[in-house]
Amino acid sequence: MTTLAKAAHAVGAIQELENGGAPLNAFLAVAHPESLAVANSEGLLAGIPLAVKDNLATTGFDTTCGSKVLEGYRSPYESTVVRRAKAAGAVVVGKTNLDEFAMGSSTENSAYGPTLNPHDRSRVPGGSSGGSAAAVAAGLVPMALGSDTGGSVRQPAAFCGIVGIKPTYGRVSRYGLVAYASSLDQVGTLGRTVTDAARLLQVVSGYDERDATSDERPVPDLLGAVGRGVEGLVIGVPNEYLPDGLDPALRDLVNTALRELEEAGAKIRRVSLPHTRYAIPCYYVLAPAEASSNLSRYDGVRYGVRCAEADLISMYQGTRSTGLGIEVKRRIMLGTYALSAGYYDEYYGTAQRARRMITEDFRSVFDDGVDALFTPTSPTPAFKIGERMDDPMEMYLSDVFTVTANLAGIPGISVPIGSIRGLPVGGQVLAPWWQEDQMLAIAGELETRIQGAEA
Amino acid sequence: MSWEPVIGLEVHVQMRTERKLFCGNQVVFGDEPNSHVCPVCLGLPGALPTTNPEAVKLAVRTALALDCTIHLTSVWERKNYFYPDLPKGYQITQFEMPLATDGVVIYDGPEGEGLVRIRRAHMEEDAGKSIHDRIPRGTVVDLNRAGTPLVEIVTEPDLCSPADARAFLVALKHILEYADVSDCNMEEGSLRVDANVSLRSVGASELGAKTEIKNVNSFSGVERALEIEIARQAEVLDHGGTVDQETLLWDDHMGQLRSMRSKEDSHDYRYFPDPDLPPLVLEPSLVEVTRQCLPELPRLRRDRFIQDYGLSSYDAGVLTHTVASANYFEAVVGASAEAKSAANWVMGPLQALMNERGEDLETFRVRARALAELIELVTDGTVSDTAAKKVLAIVAEDGGSPRAVIEEQGLAQVRDDVQLEQWVQAVIEAQPDEVSRYQGGEKRLIGFLVGQVMRRSSGTADPRRVNAILTKELI
Repeated sequence: MTTLAKAAHAVGAIQELENGGAPLNAFLAVAHPESLAVANSEGLLAGIPLAVKDNLATTGFDTTCGSKVLEGYRSPYESTVVRRAKAAGAVVVGKTNLDEFAMGSSTENSAYGPTLNPHDRSRVPGGSSGGSAAAVAAGLVPMALGSDTGGSVRQPAAFCGIVGIKPTYGRVSRYGLVAYASSLDQVGTLGRTVTDAARLLQVVSGYDERDATSDERPVPDLLGAVGRGVEGLVIGVPNEYLPDGLDPALRDLVNTALRELEEAGAKIRRVSLPHTRYAIPCYYVLAPAEASSNLSRYDGVRYGVRCAEADLISMYQGTRSTGLGIEVKRRIMLGTYALSAGYYDEYYGTAQRARRMITEDFRSVFDDGVDALFTPTSPTPAFKIGERMDDPMEMYLSDVFTVTANLAGIPGISVPIGSIRGLPVGGQVLAPWWQEDQMLAIAGELETRIQGAEA
Repeated sequence: MSWEPVIGLEVHVQMRTERKLFCGNQVVFGDEPNSHVCPVCLGLPGALPTTNPEAVKLAVRTALALDCTIHLTSVWERKNYFYPDLPKGYQITQFEMPLATDGVVIYDGPEGEGLVRIRRAHMEEDAGKSIHDRIPRGTVVDLNRAGTPLVEIVTEPDLCSPADARAFLVALKHILEYADVSDCNMEEGSLRVDANVSLRSVGASELGAKTEIKNVNSFSGVERALEIEIARQAEVLDHGGTVDQETLLWDDHMGQLRSMRSKEDSHDYRYFPDPDLPPLVLEPSLVEVTRQCLPELPRLRRDRFIQDYGLSSYDAGVLTHTVASANYFEAVVGASAEAKSAANWVMGPLQALMNERGEDLETFRVRARALAELIELVTDGTVSDTAAKKVLAIVAEDGGSPRAVIEEQGLAQVRDDVQLEQWVQAVIEAQPDEVSRYQGGEKRLIGFLVGQVMRRSSGTADPRRVNAILTKELI
């Protein structure tokens, strides 16, 4: 096939599936076949059809963030990651569904309806990058861009049986990533294989002068790291990530994966990250606090949907009441409260201290000779659509193993480690800051061995 | 009971930068609305701020000019509130950890030298402009100004009268102009003042409840608004009432204050560190270099003019009023003119001519070297004062050197007694009335007669010689 043919084929497949009898609702926008173009036929991603989460600004598609308030909003500029992917030859074939403004763990909080899990259409694909994960898992695209604020790439990757990477905070430019919680948000990549996810990450990583939080460090050879092996590496298993109540089937899969790594030459060591239990409360103070400020700009004044009213206050109220969904409003209220005069120290201040302690936990195990950590990605496989919508706390707990990496800023990857009752399950590798290569070596080893075992 | 006012000011100064604080857009006043905007200053989804180092340098210079302590680490925070001209729904500013604190400004107050402590000077971005009178029953927003770098200067409540506040502001503006950090144009809003005022019984140490006056755009407005507010508060207190903490808006046309919001509906700005911007960390060397390159500030320069050039305090004050005139004066002196004459020429004929021509030193064609040459020619008697002013006007119009102009136009002073005698005789014949009145005792008419001779000579006659000859002839 010519370079363009792959993309055209992908667009056809997306249209066929999404317009057919059993759509996944993974895409909010699909490219017009005539508009496809390859900017670089020699690049690392030459001709590769790429799906992009709809909270990344694109000039060729609307960028809605899964929200009504941005319905029909077309960005006049391109996000850095999409610009870089296109420059490397990728062809953006569509924008994928997500929980509104990336707030959620199931993609049910989209104003444009939920995305279904291709493994079981009665279940969620995870979230918030559920559209990207489902698109890859359904074989519509080999790789996709997502964003991960508390697990939003890794958890859907686990639920959909694919690979998802959240890089070190600052590794990838956030310019053009519509902010949810800026100090935690990081663009991530999803792929059918570790190599695919690594290839996309290789292209989009690196310093960007438009993002003051992006880092100037050179990007290591990520693709080359995938087959490097794990000989001699010390892999820590944090007790707090294998709690007593954990599904025994999941525990078995984790232990199997650890044995495989051991056989490949790694040393397994039990470790403790004692402040892990503060992660969820800490995250659900800090992320909403930042969100409450980040989402103030959706006021109907300059762009997006405006609820026309007689006076300014009514316009604000109308626009935001009708334009934003319930989970977004819940988090804005939580965050506004946490930052209020008189409560700031108690909530925001305490959460910041907890964040430092969680970060120190990681620093001390990594300083103590541990090269990476291995954990389950999520406590359960994909749950039923609607099952957790009435219980935000239960929903929030599906991120319990992933939020710590965002709080500490370390990289994490989810790789398939088997399935429970026919549903895929992911294992998570967490590495020290800037050591994505180490992380990919371990993930690559697991992928080879576990797929080999299943075959 | 008698009350004394306690006044503190918050001054927003727009930095004279080419670019906005967090994006690459140009800072321009009065251009087509919304023509200098980009994803960052429009607050488009996904856009991120990055700090403009040029603005930081100017802010450091501002703080140093106010004798502040510079903090090598300061923190950007978000001040959250909704307003249509605030694109992101928050303003990026500094709160807990400002760029600079603990400064001092010395000024000439109504009762002698005064001192105001500067509590803090921090950086922030400006909002856009809401325009309420452009379309009927609607407001339009111009975001050209959004993101313009500001330094907010907050004083301690050290001012004790409206006149005092005004005098401080004059000194502050003077310093900012000297430091070359802002054009300080109040009409264009590049210098904006909010005033906090409370009253307490004379001699008390505790502060009373204060009100904040906003939207004042001239120094005289600050003085007037404070006078009105002080009178109002005194009236309330005199009748046993209490002053409510509130924000007042100054209406310059009406000369009135009206309540904008009370304490109850004051904003909770929910400040928190901006996660998009790492703390602002300055190299110690940047601060040192800026300190060393700081221009001599107005009071120091004035004092030096008194010391070094033997000028009166008044003359030194006039000459140092702007950096340009002080520099010009020093250039004239540097080109060998005697200081006192240089001062007189710069403040007198030069200023008068510039006013007449509607020019300032930037456009004026008489350069310092030319003025020095002219002063020398007056001093050595080559040209009279009167003729010299003519020369000045010619050089201002056509350029050229004073010496050449004097030669071309034959303006050299005539001291040849034969020629002078002729002019004197002609005047005596032409003015018989004045001559006889002079001889009858009206001695002050000598001035008139000398003037007539000067006119007849086109200003070239040596007035002292003319005076002597006339006096002799008319005995």
